[in-house]
Amino acid sequence: MTIRGHDFYILIQHHMKALLGVDWGIVFWTGTAFLIVFFLLKKFAWSSILKALEERAQGIENALNEAENAKKEMAKLKAGNEALLREAREERDVILREAKSMKDAIVSEAKNKAQEESARLLESARLEIENQKKAAITELKNYVANLSIDVAENVLREKLSDADKQSALNNKLLSDISKN
Amino acid sequence: MKIKLNSIPSQAFSATRMLSSILLVFGFLNANASSSSEDKVFNAGEMIAHHLQDAHSIHLFGHVSIPLPVILYTDHGLDVFMSSRFWGPDHETVPYTSASTGHTYYLHHDEKIRLTPEHHDHAVQPAASDSTGLSADTNQVAQHTAVAAHGAHHADTHEAHGTLIDFSITKSILGMLIIMGLMLWVFISVAKAYNRRPGQAPKGLQNAVEPLILFIKEEVAVPALGKKKALIFLPFLLTVFFFIWMCNMLGLIPLGGFNVTGTLSITLVLATLVFVITSVKGNAHYWGHIFWPPGVPLFVKIILVPIEVASLFIKPAVLMIRLTANINAGHIVILAFTSLIFIFGAKSEAVGMGVGIFATAFLVFMYFLELLVAFLQAYVFTLLAALYFGDATQEHHHEEHH
Repeated sequence: MTIRGHDFYILIQHHMKALLGVDWGIVFWTGTAFLIVFFLLKKFAWSSILKALEERAQGIENALNEAENAKKEMAKLKAGNEALLREAREERDVILREAKSMKDAIVSEAKNKAQEESARLLESARLEIENQKKAAITELKNYVANLSIDVAENVLREKLSDADKQSALNNKLLSDISKN
Repeated sequence: MKIKLNSIPSQAFSATRMLSSILLVFGFLNANASSSSEDKVFNAGEMIAHHLQDAHSIHLFGHVSIPLPVILYTDHGLDVFMSSRFWGPDHETVPYTSASTGHTYYLHHDEKIRLTPEHHDHAVQPAASDSTGLSADTNQVAQHTAVAAHGAHHADTHEAHGTLIDFSITKSILGMLIIMGLMLWVFISVAKAYNRRPGQAPKGLQNAVEPLILFIKEEVAVPALGKKKALIFLPFLLTVFFFIWMCNMLGLIPLGGFNVTGTLSITLVLATLVFVITSVKGNAHYWGHIFWPPGVPLFVKIILVPIEVASLFIKPAVLMIRLTANINAGHIVILAFTSLIFIFGAKSEAVGMGVGIFATAFLVFMYFLELLVAFLQAYVFTLLAALYFGDATQEHHHEEHH
């Protein structure tokens, strides 16, 4: 076993030297090729790709920001609208209330006025009626008086046409007057 | 890589030992294989090690491989040829002599090209040499010891033959280049799509990569660095993330067996870049905290400053090791369980079938786990790099607490 172990050791040593040793030819080619590839890629690939990715990322971020802003703006607008609506509603209520009170005032005033007017009209109508009645009565009185006078005149004429009757009447009248 | 399939001698398999650790599995498989009394043997340890390490060709199956270009810098000039020059007519490895520089190159078993021939009788083919049990084993150990001693000797011979630096396009480098090409194509076309259709929803490939880009940006870079500074470091973080992730994924494709992020030299470069960026972008506040930690007594400073300075290097080193170790560990487990099928199958077909069912079920689970690990390790590397950058560029706003 020890011999085989030693074999193994020798083999490992032998190959590790090839495997882990530094080969300057490879170092030369690798260094040269890698640097060339690095600069070529830097100039012709990475700069464009990174710029494009950065621009696109920026574009997406901007778009997202804009969307967010638009959303905020919308919310603000909505809030404004609501406030406006609320205000309008309040104003409407106020106006309505005012109109109602005004209407009530007008109605009551009109009522009062109408009452007053009707009262006044009634009064004046009553007065007129009273006056007319008085006038009618006076007229009637006058008429009746005239009529009575006429009648009395006619009766007297008739009575006076006859002396007897005239004296009788005189007597009677005198007695009436004296009785009165 | 040589897979030798044949029977192996009966050996008391210990299940607990097998599962105690990945390394033990590694050793156990190797130990069993190397104690063979047969010439042809499936050596799991060798197989796994060869799958993990870099190579000068892409092995597809059997004897079919794709050669890769070899570029060698020597004191006589540059040599460029295909690695198929090392392939002999009977699939053996042969040396190659360059006409232009006159050097003879040897492709060693560890896939390193050297100017000296390999000593074929030792070390790397232990199974082939030990044929007579214990005495042969002992013999082999002696040879191994010789190899160990030879290591120093190698350097001497290198000196004698002159310098040799290997700039070959190896398997790992090819894998890396494939991924880099893919990255350039994917991300530049995606960038064009963004330019063509600004501000619009993503389409096609954009859909595939955009979530990951956004993930790195929003979950890694911005929390660690802040929105403004993140843009400065994002190009690096994104490149590193996609590079590591895609390389990890490439490593999971069985064909070709690329192991890019499991190659230490590659993660070393990534970690070094993180270190360099951290140091260059580090502000006065950062360096001040390292070299003169505020609000502590002098004797604590004496202890603290070396620790802080060491942490400068330890942080990227840990990045490097974590990534390489995690990727290799995953590959070792997958390969070890694949090997189990062959080892048991060599013993008896029925046992091999039985083990095969369980091993396959486990491999399916492991592959899902590795898909997660592939992403997770790329994420962890990127996240820690971002945190280090954030630490280095932090404004000193907590001064009032002292």
